[in-house]
Amino acid sequence: MSSDLSQGPTEADSSTPDSAAAGVTAPLSGTLRAKPTAGWALMGSELSVLFRRRRTWVMLIALAAIPILIAVAVRISSAGSTPGRGPAFLSQITNNGLFVGLVALIICIPLFLPLTIGVVAGDTIAGEASSGTLRYLLVAPVGRGRLLLVKFVAAVAFVIAGTLVIVIAGALIGAALFPVGPVTLLSGDTVSLGEAGVRGLLIAAYVIVSLLGLTAIGLFISTLTDIPVGAMAATVVISIIAQVLDSLPQLDWLHPWLFSHYWLNFADLLRQPIDWSSFGSNALLQLAYVAVFGALAYGRFSTKDVLS
Amino acid sequence: MTDRPRASTAELAIETHALTKTFGKQTAVNNIDLAVPRGSVFGFLGPNGSGKTTTIRVLLGLASATSGEVNVLGEELPGRLAQVLPHVGALIEGPGFYPFLSGTANLLRLDSADRFVTSSTRRKRVDDALERVGLTHAANKKVKAYSLGMKQRLGIANALLTPRDLIVLDEPTNGLDPQGTREVRHLVRSLTAEGTTVFVSSHLLAEIEQMCTHAAVMRAGSLVAQGSLDDLRRAGQTRVRVLTPDDLGAEEVLRSLGLVPDHRESIGDGDVTLTAPLMDDRAPDAIVAALVAAGVRVRGFSVEGSTLEDLFVALTGEGFDVVQ
Repeated sequence: MSSDLSQGPTEADSSTPDSAAAGVTAPLSGTLRAKPTAGWALMGSELSVLFRRRRTWVMLIALAAIPILIAVAVRISSAGSTPGRGPAFLSQITNNGLFVGLVALIICIPLFLPLTIGVVAGDTIAGEASSGTLRYLLVAPVGRGRLLLVKFVAAVAFVIAGTLVIVIAGALIGAALFPVGPVTLLSGDTVSLGEAGVRGLLIAAYVIVSLLGLTAIGLFISTLTDIPVGAMAATVVISIIAQVLDSLPQLDWLHPWLFSHYWLNFADLLRQPIDWSSFGSNALLQLAYVAVFGALAYGRFSTKDVLS
Repeated sequence: MTDRPRASTAELAIETHALTKTFGKQTAVNNIDLAVPRGSVFGFLGPNGSGKTTTIRVLLGLASATSGEVNVLGEELPGRLAQVLPHVGALIEGPGFYPFLSGTANLLRLDSADRFVTSSTRRKRVDDALERVGLTHAANKKVKAYSLGMKQRLGIANALLTPRDLIVLDEPTNGLDPQGTREVRHLVRSLTAEGTTVFVSSHLLAEIEQMCTHAAVMRAGSLVAQGSLDDLRRAGQTRVRVLTPDDLGAEEVLRSLGLVPDHRESIGDGDVTLTAPLMDDRAPDAIVAALVAAGVRVRGFSVEGSTLEDLFVALTGEGFDVVQ
């Protein structure tokens, strides 16, 4: 705060003609842009803040550790695993290292991925509120709808990163510790290494789409509280409850409506030709969840008194 | 920026009519009519819990008014909020920053949230704002390593990222050392010189008295006084003070003039000071003449205007009681 502070009235002042009729609609001050930018800067800033946090990296590293643990465990237990025990495809790993990523995904989907998504999605609004940054973002100003959108996209970016980290770490460690070759699909057909890679990415895409509903739920819960840990825990608990309900045969009628119902139904992507029906119904269900909880989040957040 | 064509209300930077904000059954802000002239440094006074911050949150669109009208920079809120906010800088109830980012990175992020600024000048504007609050040396330190005063400065820097028409500072000197407090006063003065209206909330009277041109006083959610500082001081009671060894004679003369001494204090050597509220129709010089004519030895005579503190205490009550 030195004394040579005066930047003086800005050049924009001279641009005011004798517009007596301008009246109420006269622009406020001319130093600002007349038209707003598209707002990509905030998106970039949000992503950089997310991926500059140590917490984000710890979670991604933890996710990457799971395929590595699986591969190492399978490698050092020379006995090999008996088919039928352990997660699906576990016994295939010794034949083809590409299955490491798949096994790791199957292990991560019920708990580890929802856990990390709960942390990121639950933190979106509540985290800003608890650190006191929400009020400054809103008066910057970020429109509330725009902030929600940016937060949702950033959370989805984390879902993508987390899923890809598992698949890629799995492929790398699998290739390092086991033979890698053409893959035999569930339909009995054998596809080349390149084709298998494409299938792997398709499964990753399926998993990412599967988790959009939970991400939207986390975003909504995050608008309800100023305590990020509460929103995170609630999101994770909801994902567990959904899976519990999905396992109760008495609630058959409910199952197709649970966002977790199709989480592990990507086997159809491992057939020749690919059966897209489960991908489609999953995507529709997740879009419906995004629409409903996105609308709830907007309804809540756009009228909320920000007192944090 | 005052010569810009505007609607009539635009003479006021902030104007509220019957603004009320309730939380459940509790009324935080009760029917207040604020009028903050453009170009003024407006002190918003009140004890803790009197509704200052709630009012500020409503003015910035963070909370919605339960009833009443709010106009900021001549635009109706909350409808025109998106148009108004780019022209408003604010420090609201203490700074709020990402502890794991540097001061520069924090300001860059907040600036990128504003769609009405040019990204090409972002870095320079951030550096300028940091320099203006004396934080250049700590610009690349993580905010978690900042002291409270440094965070406060960073919060003020955020309000200065672009030239603003209105700057709202809620308790700006909280956590600042005396040097920092002085710097804030300088800063506020330089902002007014640029034509910016500054709205400062505080419970520190001396601070308000030193930098404000106008003030309003809140008490338990209601606005109990508002106006220019001179008007407010004038509203308080003026008093005469007589220093004399002949206190009994002096009291008699004062009473004959209609003045009622209400305070008597012996200050040694037989001298006593008497003070009495001064009635408007009594000229002070006439009082001295009357005292001298009655043979009272006048060793000192003064007319004292009320301080803002007298007024504040008179309006808001003594002690720590927060009115519920």
